[in-house]
Amino acid sequence: MNAVASPSAIKARLPELRANRGLVINGSFVLAFVVLVIVAAFTSDAFLTESNVTNLLRQMVTTGLLALGMLVVILTGGIDLSVGSIVALTGIMAAGLSAHMSVAAAMTLAVIVGVACGSANGILVARFRLAPFVVTLGALTTIRGLSFVYSETPITPLKPGFLAIGTNTVGPIPVAAIVMVVAFAIVQVFLTRTSAGRALIAIGGNREAVRLAGIGVSRHLLLAYAISGFCAGLAGVILASRVGIAQPSVAVGFELNAIAACVIGGASLAGGRGSVVGTLGGVVLLALIDNLLTLYDVQSYWQQVLKGLIIVFVVLARRQEEER
Amino acid sequence: MLALEAVRKAYGRVEVLHGIDLEARAGEVVAIAGANGAGKSTLLKILSGAVRRDAGEIRIGGEPAELASPREAQERGIRTVHQELSLVPQLSVTENILLGDLPRTRGLVDWRAAHARAGALLARVGFDGIDPRATVGRLPVARRQMIEIAKALASEPRILILDEPSAVLAGEDLDRLFDLIRSLRADGVLVLYVSHRLDEVMEIADRVTVIKDGRIVTTSVPADTSPDEIVRQMAGRRLAQVFPPRRPQPGRELLAVEGLTREGAFADVTLDVKAGEVVGMFGLVGSGRTEVAECLFGAARATAGEIRVDGKPVDLRTPKQAIAAGLALVTEDRKDTGLVLDMCVRDNAGLATMAKVRRWGLLDRKRQSAMVDEVVDELDIRPRGLDRPVRHLSGGNQQKVVLTKWLLSRPRVLILDEPTRGVDVATRVDLYRMIDGLTRTGLGVLLISSDLTEVLGASDRVLVMHEGRLVANLPSADTDEERLLAHSIGVAA
Repeated sequence: MNAVASPSAIKARLPELRANRGLVINGSFVLAFVVLVIVAAFTSDAFLTESNVTNLLRQMVTTGLLALGMLVVILTGGIDLSVGSIVALTGIMAAGLSAHMSVAAAMTLAVIVGVACGSANGILVARFRLAPFVVTLGALTTIRGLSFVYSETPITPLKPGFLAIGTNTVGPIPVAAIVMVVAFAIVQVFLTRTSAGRALIAIGGNREAVRLAGIGVSRHLLLAYAISGFCAGLAGVILASRVGIAQPSVAVGFELNAIAACVIGGASLAGGRGSVVGTLGGVVLLALIDNLLTLYDVQSYWQQVLKGLIIVFVVLARRQEEER
Repeated sequence: MLALEAVRKAYGRVEVLHGIDLEARAGEVVAIAGANGAGKSTLLKILSGAVRRDAGEIRIGGEPAELASPREAQERGIRTVHQELSLVPQLSVTENILLGDLPRTRGLVDWRAAHARAGALLARVGFDGIDPRATVGRLPVARRQMIEIAKALASEPRILILDEPSAVLAGEDLDRLFDLIRSLRADGVLVLYVSHRLDEVMEIADRVTVIKDGRIVTTSVPADTSPDEIVRQMAGRRLAQVFPPRRPQPGRELLAVEGLTREGAFADVTLDVKAGEVVGMFGLVGSGRTEVAECLFGAARATAGEIRVDGKPVDLRTPKQAIAAGLALVTEDRKDTGLVLDMCVRDNAGLATMAKVRRWGLLDRKRQSAMVDEVVDELDIRPRGLDRPVRHLSGGNQQKVVLTKWLLSRPRVLILDEPTRGVDVATRVDLYRMIDGLTRTGLGVLLISSDLTEVLGASDRVLVMHEGRLVANLPSADTDEERLLAHSIGVAA
């Protein structure tokens, strides 16, 4: 055994490491973080304050959970456009139900509704072999509609316990952020250490090879969409809890942020490639950009323009690095 | 018109054309015959610009030609009608024929002129019965073939290459094709005609060129030869000590198939594989071999027939059931259906056996690695390293990974579909040794191959398929390449 691996040896093994550890060691990616944080720390007095860091962590939870579920679906070669709508439906249901039962029961029920939405997507994709894009596009509209059917007007939950999961902190760290990190850890173990997780990734790489290996493809596809529904449900409940008011019109377009985070993190929309750690990186990067542009008081339309350009730039930089 | 000199081509380390010399004049019909894997397709791909030659000269009309792209080949006047049709099924006949060259007036497509021109071309092909406005996808396959030919003629080529044009044509259609070829010949077009059907070749060709193992072995005038003679030349003889000597001692019957039928693919296939036996299955592309394998493995559904494994009737509706029954299938195309290229050796090799290494819901990666490593070691997969993505392995080593996957599932009957395609010679030798070794442990092997030498050398007896039917069952010791080929082409006495 070599005591110290030379840099060139490590470089030679990079594709191997990338493919198997789910780790993304990517120069431009890390560089982007470092530069952003340093620039922010020097130019904005507000950036490194405790309240801003807490805020930053809290803000990335919704995108984070959505991106996590999205990653699982993207790995199978699919896409889930319905997650933003699921956030709205589960949020407003949790708030509405909490008037009739305990907060915990209401939230649990709402998350179950999220899982049901995801499973419905999964059944249509897996059993009826419909294109994921079409199925979840339909679900996006349907579920959004259901949120308005449930309550046309915003619901303000009255029980104080409802706000706990979204607003409580342990020291400077929000409970919601801890929940998110735990979820990431669980999915990481799921994808790397369980046969279902390996099968999911393999399906995205070569569906026919998986079928011929005697593995039930439909079952695993359904599971992927159910996981995405679960993550979206959890995100919906936490968002309603953080804001303290549930609206049927919330989270429009959030699915795009989730997809962006996965792609920035190295996921291939063709399936079979992507990583949990990379996706987390994508989530943090997106949150940092949002946070900084706000601190600099950039007008919100310009924020959108800049954010879009930054996403494209990061993906471009990654691509060039991978091709080298 | 066309001259090739010492044209060579290798894929990776495997050279498939070892220096082809060919000359053909304008107004000539030259037939090219050869067994599967002889190098015919590669030669056609070079001429149509789809792949580049590694060495050698090509001259067209006396001028040297690079043929670096399909576009260049077309500009030089070469048009190829491929075996796989290249039509857009959603578009009309006219659009397909004139694709990229629709007549326009003031920037807009002049549909009347377009349909008229397409109609004229179809009439030339002898198919004025086709409505140029019809949607291609709704027409029968034979019609599409003629449209493909009309499309090739739209640019008035000097050299027309027809790759197995008669595969979907019969009777009257075939007569029309021959009439067309004769009229092209009269117009001074050089026609290269590739076909397995030797009686046709004898009828239409001015000369017959036989390719074998990447070399041209003979060129003769039909009057001086016969289908039997050509078959003998195609089969030829290769001396190679690549196959381990077989001393078959077939045990009890492991796999028995009776009257297996899949409509549209094959019919009434009856066969058996005994313990310790290697049964070869030979047939041309499209003869139904692969479909039989898929039905035996539950990857496709048979419409009739019975399958017994170890004497017990089994219902194989999914690969999972087939695996449980003790079957394993190494598919013909490892990249398409065998491997997840971005995943590592361990994940690929362990894909079919994850349930065996599960503990408390989690994969025991250490046990999986140990299990995979043992077989990887035995098969000598290189380079070492279970974490390496299989994408970076050579064809031979990729094939070994697929084999590892199936050996780990401990099958009783191993079905191999073209296991050595794109595999270098050294690995082939390894694979044949391995097959021999497995049968000594009581495994039965069904070896499907279109490589005559392989199917004869590695198996104890050979089944031959022709147009969806099993037409022969011959002990390897009592037969030869010629007989097998004759059976597979349907000209056996």
